[in-house]
Amino acid sequence: MRANTWAGRNKVEVRDVPDPKILNSRDAIVRITSTAICGSDLHLVDGYVPTMQDGDVLGHEFMGEVVEVGSGVAADRLRVGDRVVVPFPIACGACAACAAGLYSCCENTNPNAGISEKMFGHPTAGIFGYSHLTGGFAGGQAQYARVPFADVGPLKIESDLTDEQVLFLSDILPTGYMGADMCDIQPTDVVAVWGAGPVGQFAMDSARVLGAAKVIAIDKEPYRLQMAEQAGHTPVNFEEVDVRSRLLELTGGRGPDKCIDAVGLEATHGSAHISAYDRVKQAVRSETDRPHALRQAIMSCRSGGVVSVIGVYGGLIDKFPAGAWMNRSLTLRTGQCHVHRYMKPLLDRIERGELDPTRIITHTLPLDEAERGFEMFKNKEDNCEKVVLKP
Amino acid sequence: MELTATTTVRKPVTEVFAFWRDLQNLPTFMGHLEEVRTTGDRTSHWVADAPFGQNVEWDAEIVEEVQAERIAWRSTGDADVPNAGVVRFVPAPDGESTEVHVGLVYDIPGGAIGKAVARYFGEEPHQQLDDDLRRFKQVLETGEVVRSDGAPWGKRARKEFPQRPAQPLSDAELEKGPDA
Ligand SMILES: NC(=O)c1ccc[n+]([C@@H]2O[C@H](COP(=O)([O-])OP(=O)(O)OC[C@H]3O[C@@H](n4cnc5c(N)ncnc54)[C@H](O)[C@@H]3O)[C@@H](O)[C@H]2O)c1
Ligand SMILES: [Zn+2]
Ligand SMILES: [Zn+2]
Repeated sequence: MRANTWAGRNKVEVRDVPDPKILNSRDAIVRITSTAICGSDLHLVDGYVPTMQDGDVLGHEFMGEVVEVGSGVAADRLRVGDRVVVPFPIACGACAACAAGLYSCCENTNPNAGISEKMFGHPTAGIFGYSHLTGGFAGGQAQYARVPFADVGPLKIESDLTDEQVLFLSDILPTGYMGADMCDIQPTDVVAVWGAGPVGQFAMDSARVLGAAKVIAIDKEPYRLQMAEQAGHTPVNFEEVDVRSRLLELTGGRGPDKCIDAVGLEATHGSAHISAYDRVKQAVRSETDRPHALRQAIMSCRSGGVVSVIGVYGGLIDKFPAGAWMNRSLTLRTGQCHVHRYMKPLLDRIERGELDPTRIITHTLPLDEAERGFEMFKNKEDNCEKVVLKP
Repeated sequence: MELTATTTVRKPVTEVFAFWRDLQNLPTFMGHLEEVRTTGDRTSHWVADAPFGQNVEWDAEIVEEVQAERIAWRSTGDADVPNAGVVRFVPAPDGESTEVHVGLVYDIPGGAIGKAVARYFGEEPHQQLDDDLRRFKQVLETGEVVRSDGAPWGKRARKEFPQRPAQPLSDAELEKGPDA
């Protein structure tokens, strides 16, 4: 089959690889009809996540049709012919983490748990197409994918919604929603979202759906800010204004009640000086992540507020504003999304028309043009917000 | 050499104990074991894959057994690497899981065998036991050892780095089975 693979830092390549087969009894094989490129893929391709290997099949946002199931998958759970969206974390459904709804921290699905434990203190779940640290599972930017624990994760789509309407249930819609959910939003809340990428856009929409009084979008790309504005959110361009002052202005001096970091470890900074400091440290590996958005969110949030982090961090950061966090009673919440928890309720919201995930799709390309898709998405060319690939 | 490791399995203590007490189950999750054959009520024959190519074999006996609490065994006769083990099973505070505490002792001889054994366990010998217990938990909680494309040979995952790419197995690789 054809699959988009990691071919070294800053390089992806669509190659011929073997078709996937059943390896465990609760596997299914899915013929992929739609898949997408995510901001997390950029972290992998840009070389910020260790343990990537040449030839790794990328992609963790995908859906399609079940073409084979293992002997351990009960027919009332999943059958050949079912149309499914696959959540990006692989979860067993049986361990204590899964029982607590912490699916992305599943204790059983990462065959390389020992390495993940070394880096993170405790192991984390397997993830499709997302380095060997998270298990070394082939991803879904391909014609077919093997889906372990197929009786736990995949969500069946039984209505006639289009792929474009449901594809993002695999990751970014639940992720954005979890970002807002962790904020415990009250009707009086002003919610500020750093990053108007796909994840940020969905965090904003979710904050609105959960009843926030006002939602602020912070980014530097005018077209992304415009997209947020069209959806009813208030734009702030961090290259044009001082973010903290603007946020104070927009909140009568209080600061946003809830702050969401939807940027992660490759943040850029309005001030070239500070950006250079973190870039140098990152280059020499004394700091692995560039936490500008996180720092700013902590400094801006009102006292007693919540800073919710869905942007990905992989290692160590420098100059964490612990004083602001501690002295001002801030709550810091975070996680790789526990997608399984949110898929069904969000599908219902899509069906009821409360959320329209299609609004962020700017490009649809054949899988064979994945490389071009990555370039456009990374370099923000042609007003690219989200790329869907068709195998 | 003494190794300890512990894990919590979300299954009742009787079930976890019973799985371990059936010593023939041990090779499904313990990296270095090829086979354990029960030869009597308390005796068994163990085969391990040895660092120098051949297998090492020895007889063992269960020296202590307290139902749903504790199993202890030791090698008998003139084993190449005399060894002993004890496992304690403790109900976890959540009321549904079981803590498993394992201790192993290897009496590593001098000479070539001793050196080879030391090399086999590497610089961080406890890791192997940690990984064994992770697979033990996987088997009990999910029914089998989870395989990925990058780490398809369950018991060898940690030793193979860099791994094969995270890309589907070829037919030839698939035929090798899960413990290639
Ligand atoms: N927690 C999860 O489960 C999960 C799931 C999916 C994605 N993610 C992460 O979410 C993040 C965003 O993903 P995406 O697909 O939207 O990526 P993206 O790269 O398209 O979006 C990031 C946006 O942040 C903006 N940005 C950069 N520096 C900024 C700063 N200092 N302040 C404000 N905005 C800034 C960029 O201009 C860009 O528009 C990534 O880190 C990704 O890995 C997390
Ligand atoms: Zn993603
Ligand atoms: Zn689990």
